[in-house]
Amino acid sequence: MDELIQELRSMIAGKFKVEPERLRPETDLTVELGADSLDVVELVMAFEERLGVSIDDAEAEGVRTFGDLIALVRSKRAA
Amino acid sequence: MGGLAVLGTGFAVPEREITNDALAARLDTSDAWIVSRTGIRTRRVLEDASVATSHLATAAARAALARARLEPDAIDLLIVATASPDHPIPSTACLVQAELGARPVPAFDLNAACSGFVYGLTLADHALATGAARYILLVGADALTRHVDWEDRSTAVLFGDGAGAVVLGRGEGLLGVHLGSDGRRADDLRIEAGGSRHPLDAATLVTRAHKITMKGPEVFRAAVDAMADGLEAAAQRAGLRPDRLRWVFAHQANARILRGVAERLGITLAAFWMNLDRYGNTGAASIPIALAEASAAGHLQAGDLVGLTAAGAGLTWGAVILRWG
Repeated sequence: MDELIQELRSMIAGKFKVEPERLRPETDLTVELGADSLDVVELVMAFEERLGVSIDDAEAEGVRTFGDLIALVRSKRAA
Repeated sequence: MGGLAVLGTGFAVPEREITNDALAARLDTSDAWIVSRTGIRTRRVLEDASVATSHLATAAARAALARARLEPDAIDLLIVATASPDHPIPSTACLVQAELGARPVPAFDLNAACSGFVYGLTLADHALATGAARYILLVGADALTRHVDWEDRSTAVLFGDGAGAVVLGRGEGLLGVHLGSDGRRADDLRIEAGGSRHPLDAATLVTRAHKITMKGPEVFRAAVDAMADGLEAAAQRAGLRPDRLRWVFAHQANARILRGVAERLGITLAAFWMNLDRYGNTGAASIPIALAEASAAGHLQAGDLVGLTAAGAGLTWGAVILRWG
């Protein structure tokens, strides 16, 4: 699981061109990283592909922070 | 059984150009923001009330007929795929028919939103296969900027006007087809007012219910899924892998959607014809405009395997595989 979080971290850091260490659970993707709604969708779709799970629109819409993404991925992994 | 062959292509766009900078002058946005978010740099927009979808469609049709070396009276069937017709009635196809001076053959509009051209190709393929028609004129034409809310920066930047046409005759036919729609997603992308449910009146003008509204993230995701899965399914029916395609002509909605489709299919983005930077999303016109441009520039050679894939309001989606020439 930690490996997965690391992967998540580097994927997001790469996408928004920030240092991976800057990402904390409370980091707001929109406010702090400048993500738009489609960036969040792209991340969610990338995770779906990577994990082979399906994440519906309502779940994806709830994502605001890096921590939300981790929680979403964890819940999918546990399911 | 055979089916269609493309005999000629043509396209038309309005002269008037609205660049991102021009939009940024009146909306809270910028060229850099629009380009990074959508890939769109500029778009063509109908000038004034004297020109409409049918004028663009007629100009595109004339160009396609000239390339096919056919006169308008050769046409047996005339279809205009559009979601922004000149009028509720008569159909834009009938206006085009009159403008061209075509014979009194069947002419009608088809509304599958941005998937309309692909739907039309499939109908045309059947009509040619059964012998119902020998030559078909199929136009994809939209003037979606007439329905754009210029105060809404999330949609105002996306659309442009244009028309693309193909003249079809008998040939090998489509090698693979996949069409679908899901009316449960009707709310995702719509023009609420102006039809029989909410006729245009003073109240709808105030609420701007006659303008395009879109659930961006939902449509984005659905478009990537539908365009990638559709092309995959059509390719499978044609007995080939998508990476065998010389060109993919995908509906030009947003560069990020096309990137998503390419990644999902595992094929290079270089195989995707791109012109949305110059025209934006031209609805049902986007694929035939791209085909006409690619053909005129010599990038489409006889024998090239080509995939078309689109998704739009409805939701609708469709993909076909064909051999060019």
